[in-house]
Order: sequence, then C-alpha cells, then structure tokens
Amino acid sequence: MKIPLFNWRRIVVVIALLVFWEAAVKISGVSPIMVPPLESVIASLIGGIRDFTLISSTWATLKNLLIAMGIGLVIAVALNMLAFVSIWARETLQTLAAALNPLPAIALLPVAFLWFGAGDASLLFVLVNSVVWAMALNIFTGFSTVPVTLRNVGRIMGLKGMALFRHVYVPAALPYIYTGIKISWAFGWRTVIAAELVFGATASSNGGLGWRIFVNRFNLDSEGTFAGLLTIVIIGLLIEACFQQVERCTIQRWGMADR
Amino acid sequence: MNEASLCLDGVGIRYRLGASDFVAVENVSLEIKSGERVMLLGPSGCGKSSLLKVIAGFQKPATGEVRSNGRKITEPGPDRFVVFQEFDQLFPWKTVLGNVADCIRLTRKLPRAEAASRAAKILDMVGLAGYFDFYPHTLSGGMKQRVAIARAWSVDPAILLMDEPFAALDAQTRASLQDETVKIWREARRTLIFVTHSIDEALYLGDKIVVMGRSPGRVLRIFDNPFAETRDQPESAELRHQIRALLAGNQVAAEEMR
Repeated sequence: MKIPLFNWRRIVVVIALLVFWEAAVKISGVSPIMVPPLESVIASLIGGIRDFTLISSTWATLKNLLIAMGIGLVIAVALNMLAFVSIWARETLQTLAAALNPLPAIALLPVAFLWFGAGDASLLFVLVNSVVWAMALNIFTGFSTVPVTLRNVGRIMGLKGMALFRHVYVPAALPYIYTGIKISWAFGWRTVIAAELVFGATASSNGGLGWRIFVNRFNLDSEGTFAGLLTIVIIGLLIEACFQQVERCTIQRWGMADR
Repeated sequence: MNEASLCLDGVGIRYRLGASDFVAVENVSLEIKSGERVMLLGPSGCGKSSLLKVIAGFQKPATGEVRSNGRKITEPGPDRFVVFQEFDQLFPWKTVLGNVADCIRLTRKLPRAEAASRAAKILDMVGLAGYFDFYPHTLSGGMKQRVAIARAWSVDPAILLMDEPFAALDAQTRASLQDETVKIWREARRTLIFVTHSIDEALYLGDKIVVMGRSPGRVLRIFDNPFAETRDQPESAELRHQIRALLAGNQVAAEEMR
C-alpha cells in the first residue's frame, strides 16, 4: 500500500481508461442507456454539483458513515478497556469479533429491519456493526503488543492507570489503532452504499449516494447512475489519499509504520 | 543515619519453572553508599539483571528486601531510573528533545519551557546538540543510548541503574559512552549501579566490583577498585587476574554440578 495515489504513470492509465470508455461506446454503438458516453456522465456530474443534489447526497452518505465510525470507535475503546481489566471480557471481545467480523454487515439488514424498522436507526446499526469489530480487534492487538521496555519506562517515570494509558499505551498502539480505522473505513464505505440502496427511501436525510444511483437507474437516468458510481470511486480515492497523508505525517515519520 | 543509601538485605529471587522453583539469586546482601559506583559483574545466568529488576521495583524478591534510604522498595519510580540494554527504550513518537523534556516534565512537574531548557543542557553534555529534532528511529544505536542516558540523568535520580546498556554496541562507541558515563557521574555524583559482563568495563567504571557467580546466582566476592576512570593501568593487572580466576573457578564448579 506504499504506492502513491497520484504519480504520473497512474494519471496516464486513468486517461487511457477514460479514452477507452469513450471510444468503446462510440465504436460499438451500444445504447446510451446501457453505457452512457463519458461526456454525458461528466455533464450529469457537473449538473449534480451545480444544483447541489449530488453534494447533499454525498454529504448524507459521509455523515452517516462518520457517525457510525464515531460510535464504533467509542464502543471499541470501551470494550478494550473492559478487556484490559477482565480476562472474561477479553474472551468475550475476541469471540464476538471473531464471529461477527467475517459476517458481511449487509446480511444484518433483515434483522435491522425487524428490530428498528426502516430508517436511520437500522442504517446506523448495520454500519456500526460493519466498523466496530475491525477497530476493536486492531486496538486490542495494539494494546497487547506495546513493548515491555516502553511500558517499564512509563512505570519508572511514575505513570499509572490513565496516565500510563495516555502517555504510553495509546501512542505505542497508534499504528494498530490507525490500521483499525482504515480497515473499518473500507468496510463501512462499501456497507453504507449497499445499505442506502435498501434504506435510502425511508431515511430522514435524502438517502445518500446509494439511494441516488438506485433512483437514477429506476428513472432510466443512466448518466446519473454512472455519475453516482464515479462519485463513489472518487470519494474513495480521496479518502485513501487523506489516510496516506496522515500516515506520512505520523507513524511513518516516527518509524512506526513497518512494525 | 548510618544506613547506607541502598540496602539489599538477604535478597533471594525465584522464578516458577513448570512445577518447581528456579533459584535465580540466593541470599544477596549489599550496602551501597550514596554516590558510589557499584558494578554487578558476572556471567549470563548469575542473576545480575534480576537483581537490578528487584532494585528497580519491577520484581518482588522471594526472600529479603531492598531499602532505599531506609524505605522498602515496592514499585518502580523515578528515584531509581533505569537505562536498559534495548535500543527501543525511547518513545518513537517523540523527538530526542521531546523524549528527555517530557520525562522531566512528567516526573518533576516542571513547566514545559523549563523542562525543555534543562533537557537541552543535558543533551548538549552528551554530545547531541545537533539532534534535538531527530526522531529515535533515525539515530544509531549508540546515539539512542546517549539519549537514554541523558533522559535518566535529567530527572536527577538518587540511584541510576544501568542494565548492560552498552553490550550491543561496537567497541569504539562503547568506550566513548563509558567516557560519557564517567563525565556525567562526576557532574552529579549520584549512586550508580551498573550491570556488566565485561571485566574491563567494570574496572573502568566502578568504585566497587561485585563479582557474581552462577548455580545458584550469588555474590562471590566484592572488590574495591582503585583503578576507576583509568584504562589498562599496569597496576590493575593483578585485580583483573583475580577477578578472572574467580569467575573461571565458578564456571568450572557450575558446569560440574550439571
């Protein structure tokens, strides 16, 4: 994952792919409803930005995911604090995470529907489940692999309890905490789009990007559907670039990235 | 007021090894005066590092106790700062200056600026003037140990414990860090307890050399060393020979017992 997102080769490849798309559509004469030409997709994208609907859809999706990740982080940290104190809590955390992490979050949609009905609560439930286990497991690994020498140095300095936690455990576990957040973002981003396809209509906000591509398809607005997909790809890439930047300024700078 | 600054009273250390106990150290009693430099010298397995862990407060002795200024030691604290052998004892997320300054700030509750200027002074002393903003992973092993020594002295501990801090360094770097240790000790005159398996290191750095043996770990003999701060004095050959013979004798005895 050390490849920078925007080097010149990558830009060449992206342009080539776009040219291929445009050429394939023009030469094959495929119906623009099946595969719309690039220029109309971009026009739809710009239109969506102009009339603000695309921006508000994107914001709705990101907001839901950020809230879920916030809740997930709080739960993951709380579970880890319990696991720190009690061996039974540790076993419970590991069992739950092992059981629920491989479960595709979207498979919980029917249960969410049953418990919370159609709406924001169901969406959040599914999203939190998709992010919390990767976070909890990584934080757990992070805390349990803090080098003994560093823990001992903290104790020599007279640090105990929360102070030891804050000054030694949290920074030493940062590479793992960071990995947890990165992985749960990747899980969550996939889940939120899928969940919006189902819950978008009933959500209090405008339904997000997932609902937007669903509705556009329903209205035979293929340009809009593709513009939505393109937006999802672009946001994904931008967030990934942000993660790399943060990594460069912190754990890579400290020589902690390769552990 | 006759109690020595550090007093080891019948200290025994055991580790659980399966069903039985393994005796690492048996019945060690030592009195160390304030400002004294004491070397714990012996082969691996003689319990010298275990003894240091007990003095640091990381481990409880199975028998006996350790008293510092008359108070029983029960937990680690900044009054007995440790320099470890491991190069990863610095916090990687802090700069060289940050490692030392934050240590001062946390242990002595000094304001940030004051802690930083104290830290800078000590780092200058150990020859790290140009490296304040470097992160530990960019430093060589010798420089990391310099920072660790600076950090330990910066809190002005009553006792400094050094656990083979130079064992993993090349000969030149080791010699220069030994000089650094002498220099800083002269400045502060604090008690120094130094674990080593090198007779030369013990002769150069110690006022007192506690020679330890194996099976079980115990003190064989304590030597006064008048040759501290000198290297390769012809007069030190006799003492060097005595220590070597003592260690060799213990080695043979330990092997015959197996």
